[in-house]
Amino acid sequence: MYDFNYHKPDSIDEAIQLFLGAEDGIYLAGGHTLLPSMKQRLAAPTDVIDLAGIDDLSGIEDVGADLEIGALTAHDEVATSSVVQSGIPALAELASLIGDAQVRNRGTIGGSVSNSDPAADYPAGVLGLGAEIVTNKRTIAADDFFTAMFETALEEGELITKIKFPKPEAAAYIKFPNPASRYATVGVFIARTGSGVRVAITGAAPSVFRSTDMEEALNSEFSVEALEGITLDAGEMNSDLHATAEYRAHLCTVMAKRAVLKLL
Amino acid sequence: MSISVQLKVNGKSVTLDCPSNTTLVDLIRERLELTGTHVGCDTSQCGACTVHLNGRAVKSCTILAAQCEGAQVTTIEGLGDTDNLHPMQEAFRECHGLQCGFCTPGMIMSAVDLVHREPAINEQVIREGLEGNICRCTGYHNIVLAVESAAKKMRN
Amino acid sequence: MVEQSIGKSVLRKEDLRFITGNGRYTGDIDLRGQTYGYFVRSPYAHAVVGEVDTSEAQSMPGVVAVLTGKQVAEDELGGLPCGWMIHSKDGSEMKQPLHPVMAATKVNYAGEPVALVVADSFDEAKNAAEYVSVDYEELPAVVSTAAAQSGPDIYAEAPGNTCYQWELGEKAATDAAIEGAAHVTRYSLTNNRLIPNALEPRAAIADFNRGTEELTLYTTSQNPHLARLILTAFVQIAPEHKLRIIAPDVGGGFGSKIFVYSEETALAWASMKLGVAIKWTAERSESFLADAHGRDHVSEAELAMDEEGNFLALRVKTTANMGAYLSTFASAVPTYLYGTLLAGQYKTPYIYVEVDSVFTNTAPVDAYRGAGRPEATFLVERIVDLAAKELGVDPAELRRKNMIQPADFPYQTPVALEYDIGDYEASLNKALEMADYAGFANRKADSEANGKLRGIGLSCYIEACGLAPSALAGALGAGVGLWESGEVRVNPTGSVTVLTGTHSHGQGHETTFAQLVASRFGISVDDVEVVHGDTGKMDFGLGTYGSRSLSVGGSALSVAADKVVEKGRKIAAHLLEGDVDNIDFEDGEFRLKESNRSKTFQEIAFAAYVPHDYPIEELEPGLAEKAFYDPVNFTYPAGTHICEVEIDPETGVTEITKFTAVDDFGTIINPMIVEGQVHGGVAQGIGQAMFEQCVYDESGQLQTGSFMDYCMPRADDLPNFTVGMTTTVCTHNPVGAKGCGEAGAIGSPPAIINAITDAVGVRDISMPATPEKIWRAIQEQRA
Repeated sequence: MYDFNYHKPDSIDEAIQLFLGAEDGIYLAGGHTLLPSMKQRLAAPTDVIDLAGIDDLSGIEDVGADLEIGALTAHDEVATSSVVQSGIPALAELASLIGDAQVRNRGTIGGSVSNSDPAADYPAGVLGLGAEIVTNKRTIAADDFFTAMFETALEEGELITKIKFPKPEAAAYIKFPNPASRYATVGVFIARTGSGVRVAITGAAPSVFRSTDMEEALNSEFSVEALEGITLDAGEMNSDLHATAEYRAHLCTVMAKRAVLKLL
Repeated sequence: MSISVQLKVNGKSVTLDCPSNTTLVDLIRERLELTGTHVGCDTSQCGACTVHLNGRAVKSCTILAAQCEGAQVTTIEGLGDTDNLHPMQEAFRECHGLQCGFCTPGMIMSAVDLVHREPAINEQVIREGLEGNICRCTGYHNIVLAVESAAKKMRN
Repeated sequence: MVEQSIGKSVLRKEDLRFITGNGRYTGDIDLRGQTYGYFVRSPYAHAVVGEVDTSEAQSMPGVVAVLTGKQVAEDELGGLPCGWMIHSKDGSEMKQPLHPVMAATKVNYAGEPVALVVADSFDEAKNAAEYVSVDYEELPAVVSTAAAQSGPDIYAEAPGNTCYQWELGEKAATDAAIEGAAHVTRYSLTNNRLIPNALEPRAAIADFNRGTEELTLYTTSQNPHLARLILTAFVQIAPEHKLRIIAPDVGGGFGSKIFVYSEETALAWASMKLGVAIKWTAERSESFLADAHGRDHVSEAELAMDEEGNFLALRVKTTANMGAYLSTFASAVPTYLYGTLLAGQYKTPYIYVEVDSVFTNTAPVDAYRGAGRPEATFLVERIVDLAAKELGVDPAELRRKNMIQPADFPYQTPVALEYDIGDYEASLNKALEMADYAGFANRKADSEANGKLRGIGLSCYIEACGLAPSALAGALGAGVGLWESGEVRVNPTGSVTVLTGTHSHGQGHETTFAQLVASRFGISVDDVEVVHGDTGKMDFGLGTYGSRSLSVGGSALSVAADKVVEKGRKIAAHLLEGDVDNIDFEDGEFRLKESNRSKTFQEIAFAAYVPHDYPIEELEPGLAEKAFYDPVNFTYPAGTHICEVEIDPETGVTEITKFTAVDDFGTIINPMIVEGQVHGGVAQGIGQAMFEQCVYDESGQLQTGSFMDYCMPRADDLPNFTVGMTTTVCTHNPVGAKGCGEAGAIGSPPAIINAITDAVGVRDISMPATPEKIWRAIQEQRA
């Protein structure tokens, strides 16, 4: 890694001030996306602002209709939390599938969501559940949050503080992992909510997206058969060494059916 | 930038000045000369650098020393020593769960945390739980047996 | 009496340091005052190197020096040699373009070293490396193995990028047999390129002592003496007696640490030039770029049979990728380690193989676990399987029918090798039983009822290892002998120090060799210490690769141990006042026949070193003997692997439900260690067959340059292994051992592909058989 100024602020305000005052600042949460890219010398921030010193950024709370998860909550905490396991078990399941055990002990939900990696798991859960991303200055709906590959609606220096997940009637997450990186080649999150079915897919395209075709079909009939014959358009999908767009499109339907099966 | 960090490693208090870009594995290997923890890759995947940070298995190559202020770190050297082996260490030997030994410290540290965390230990849980540790020599068969064996002893 | 331990699963002596973090790998060693090296590497696969401006880098903090390939050329260092001369069909020698220690005028693969930065710290060296400015003029890259011969020439001296065009066998007879055959099965195949990725990245520390003019080189080598010979005789770094190479604990090799590479060589040269110790450790991305890769063959094969399915002839044409330069063993791998195994376990009377080895703008390709034999076995065991399917015959029975029978040994194959002994049907039968081959149909029906596909595949492999008889190897082009050294030093107190020229990097020699010697002397395994890996400590040896350590190195120790016993008997005869012919040695005691007089091994040892009451007129004091053992033949491990798979047709995801390996390794010293070698070899075979693939794009950029993209098998990718043994003792070495380190990687890939194609019902699926490939094959099959 190149050299950098290291900071560990006590408060959100201090963190943002440091960020805005830096030549090229970056927030450090779990570090499992940032540090590898700094080691590769792909990222070279002048200032690294470690959020771990800020109270109230981690923790899980059941507030009735929603679960609120602090941005700095580690994946393992979400995966093993009895609150999440009873409130939104699919979210605990999703968190348990991220990376590997060591990664889950460090990686955070805020870090994952703000990075918007096309193959990350959390974006599928956030979008699938219609969550709300609470930052230091506003609340952003999931539908408005993931804008492009590695891009979100967050403004310069804006910090996610927590994510509010409305509890669905039921939800499931099925992941088809990349055998090498263990990221999602395709990950499908299906939630049955009060306002209908939400189908969020990660891994397949440059950014997580909702499949309106699948949502429409499942809203008419929530069954595996309803998804028969639905093939998403491979045209926009990712194609690489590990999976072609065509295969991914196929997997989307297969994984979606398996998610539905889990909910029946 | 130079920073100062104070932490406990294998029960011993340590205070060090180091560059801010020092990773925990650098601190362990280069500053504390505890070379049992190994570096096997540069993409945070191989797990050879696994240590316990505040009791949980982590990849020390992907953590800054700075992030360890006030933390307790246990490396393979702190798990047990030649006179007093941890059951996991013994099990790896008894079950021939190592060949070249390079992945072994990280594998053992991961396995110990696995046994601490998981309510039930069986082949599937072990194989999935050790996803974050690559071994090129053993094919994992004997590693699974070692972890099963150690789990029984550790839970008695 | 100490129980002898041959055949016992003695726990490993080396483990204590590894499980407690007390291993001492090259990267763990620090020398006082050491500097750190970092290599500047070519970003281009093929380019002319113009000006190399190191001035800015040299002025950066902590930098001691920046040395370039141009300076290597000015110092007239030799190139890195290939140690095996291959002649083409027309009698001409293989083309050996200069393999410079660092590139001076041209770079030929992406990642090739161009300069070395030496600095006070690793970070300072790496920082400065970014400021070395190299003028590259990019040239078109030749990347594809199959198309290399029609690409632009990389080297003027190697037209058509052809290194050699080699052949083996009887062309005319083979052609005639195929011409007239009732049935010919044809197979076009690729053996996929792999990257070894031992967990320990390569590393080296070069330490030149100006006062003694000695250079000490710590390196992650499988063969320190061979490395020393190459560095002194060919690269001419230093006189051989002034170079000490130490390979401490080495974290896996699988062949990739046999070779002499640019990095340790450049480090050695730089250390001598600068008079400082220099340490280098590879980052994993460097291992991907610059470790020798493996396999990478494209072949066409034809198997001719009569109406009854008897094999008549096999004809093979292979193009093998050497990469940009000939690595140390490279030329031998697709020739004498490949073509000679094409008989397999079968009586095929006529075989003819042509191999064209080509240069491409990719990393050098050389031996990787199995080295040539996996490539041969994959071809043979796939084409035999295809033949069975074409003829509508059970694949096991077609093989059985053509197998060489026990009575046929020694069996001279049509491809140079003479197999000494084997019982292939015994391993086949045992494997079929252990795999419950007979019950497959029921399991298949169950899978189908659950919407899954199920397949079973076998592979009856043989391999040639225990390299090698020196004269034979020399006649075939080897530049070295392939004997091995072993010294048995009995200490005055009766413990034993064993010195071997082999080098354990995971294989457990410290235990196995101790068992061998301890059993011979009737002493405890704990009283035998095995020393390896340091040219300053033991005689020249050829190192560990090619599954040779026990069969050749162990044999040397066996011969040396016999000499110790012989001398011991003479000492005992003196002490027991008898005739040496009446002295027996058994269970650790020298006994005078027909008396109750005896001396223990320990007493004889002490007497040898304190020769007060001693036959000093006839016998020198001391009790230490050595042997240099040259094997009379290769050894021939063989066996049957059976793989059963269940496939999810919706995704192509394939689970190996059972993998059975039954191997004949001859005499087994430590079953636990042998099984571990099988597990590890099979895991790498599964890696090749289902997960791993090295990919370059058309401009020669490595696409699979990290574990993110190169799929290493993890614990949840692999099944348990069912391992069995049959035994025919090797006829020609004192240990009776054949070697076991590579067989797992040799026998398994065809068994796996045979199983997958069986499940899907397609003729062929290329390696790696990824879920997408399998899914597509299923779609095509259904269409």
